[in-house]
Amino acid sequence: MVTVDRTRGHRVFRVVNTIVLTVVVLVTLYPFVNIVARSLSDEFAIRAGKVNLVPVGFTFRTYEYVASDPTFWTNYRNTVVYTVVATAIAMVMTTCYAYVLSKKHLKGRTVLIGIAVFTMFFTGGLIPNYILISSLGLKDSIWAIVLPNAISVFNLLVMKAFFEGLPVELEEAAAIDGMSTYGILFRIVLPLSKAVLATMVLFYAVSFWNSWFAAFLYMSQNDLFPVTVYLRNLIAGATTGTSVGADATDMTVATNIKSVTMVLTVIPILVVYPFVQRYFVKGVMLGAVKG
Amino acid sequence: MSTTRAIDASPDTGDPRRARPDPARAQRPPRRTWRQALRRDWQLYSLAILPLLFFVIFRYLPMIGNVIAFRKFQPGGSVLGEEWVGLRYVKMFLNDPSFWQVFTNTVVIGALTLLFCFPTPIVLALLINELRGRKVKRFVQSVSYLPHFLSMVIVAGLVMEMLSVDGPVNQLLRAAGNEPIAFLQEAGWFRTIYVSSEMWQTVGWGTIIYLAALTTIDEQLYEAARIDGASRWRQVWHVTLPGIRPTAVTLLILNVGTFMAVGFEKILLLYNPLTYPTADVISTYLYRMGIVSNSFSYAAAIGLFEAVIGLALVMSANLISRRTVGTSLW
Repeated sequence: MVTVDRTRGHRVFRVVNTIVLTVVVLVTLYPFVNIVARSLSDEFAIRAGKVNLVPVGFTFRTYEYVASDPTFWTNYRNTVVYTVVATAIAMVMTTCYAYVLSKKHLKGRTVLIGIAVFTMFFTGGLIPNYILISSLGLKDSIWAIVLPNAISVFNLLVMKAFFEGLPVELEEAAAIDGMSTYGILFRIVLPLSKAVLATMVLFYAVSFWNSWFAAFLYMSQNDLFPVTVYLRNLIAGATTGTSVGADATDMTVATNIKSVTMVLTVIPILVVYPFVQRYFVKGVMLGAVKG
Repeated sequence: MSTTRAIDASPDTGDPRRARPDPARAQRPPRRTWRQALRRDWQLYSLAILPLLFFVIFRYLPMIGNVIAFRKFQPGGSVLGEEWVGLRYVKMFLNDPSFWQVFTNTVVIGALTLLFCFPTPIVLALLINELRGRKVKRFVQSVSYLPHFLSMVIVAGLVMEMLSVDGPVNQLLRAAGNEPIAFLQEAGWFRTIYVSSEMWQTVGWGTIIYLAALTTIDEQLYEAARIDGASRWRQVWHVTLPGIRPTAVTLLILNVGTFMAVGFEKILLLYNPLTYPTADVISTYLYRMGIVSNSFSYAAAIGLFEAVIGLALVMSANLISRRTVGTSLW
């Protein structure tokens, strides 16, 4: 829109628009501000309903309290380990399959695509999955989280679309020079795909970092939980004696602790977010082109 | 074989009916037998082995595992159940009043989510698109995408803190002279809470696709509309909205298709026995039946029912949209 309408109606619209979007931004950010304020507040002030945007009775005590719980740190470390391992495996699996699917001349390609896409619309469901994981003996191990989520079909299709968009000439030239398919994939295709690989790593990493239900379902020992399950048990009020509940002088300590745990869990995402956000947007666009 | 046919066809231009399909066929790569394909592309196929194993074991085996919906399953016994019982479990849930309760809840929550969370990203995208400054625009976008990146546990935690008796919402109520409300303990509030937190989390992220679609609209169309004297409203109505229609239709198909798959994780985190009358949905009900109470066959029957309905919904939404507006997912 090169020329701007200078009618009165349009001016009114722009004012209203600014107000609406300001409200959207404030409503989106408000819960975070409130949680941080709570995490730094005195428990009596919270219980009295005084804490809103700024901490009341400023204190770091709750942070010290949460940080002194070894289970919290064990679970935090678990989250990091699960995320790294699961993302690495998912990347290998997804890249390999996406590359295969991107080869239009390949016999049986439609079937291979169909096998993946069908699972987007029909799944076995919770119970058969639970029986499967149990009978494979994967319960109480990292593999219960990693293996069943090794390929996200959405990510697979994004990557396939990207590979299809690469110029074929380079690969053909390499093939004529006698390079194997593996060589072409690792030395020609992947170096050209850094942008999409970064996006995929982020997609997977965020989803594994945030996941909780698989661990909740398949793990029964405190020291195996990721931090999301630790937090879930806190907010569900189902903490066992070994963690925070032991000291439970009263209920309000728990609301403090909830806020602090939430802040500590969400910080890595908030810190990384501004820098990686554009990759996500790119990834969604790539997916949208295809979808 | 295909080359000879192409040569045959070229002098035959007098008869368009015969000539038309043949050049197309000539351009198609020659069909290979499986033996040839394997010899040529075995390295590619080898890359597909592990992913295929993944799909077979973790996606298709559970589908087969659904036979326990028709067989009596005992924990610790055979994975595929002990004996055929036919439709016993299906009849059981069809006669179970709790099932119809959770079925209704699922449909209501799904419909409300669709009603509120499908159109809002379109509106928000149009509003963001009207912003002038690049930096302001980017800031609003960044902030509105943020909730999408949070774990469901965090979202549930935030909802609980916002609505707790000492939280901001009740502070407002108290300031206005009302009694505080224990929102999460009251069945009447659950749907409102569910849908508004869903909007909070998804609306911003949902604008991405529309904002992308908006940038693809040809500037000349707006210019032409202005020359024809169209006001801004008419430009939005006649240029912008038609421009994002294919995107909106595709997303609508997807949303209708996943209509029944209401947010299992969020409900599991937010509901409690007090709110079951409005909050309990098919997926949470079968979770309690299966995992908590060990009625695996019964829960599997319900799960299979849900999955079949989901598939039917996607396929019919897709069919309807292909027939009516010519957009489809496949």
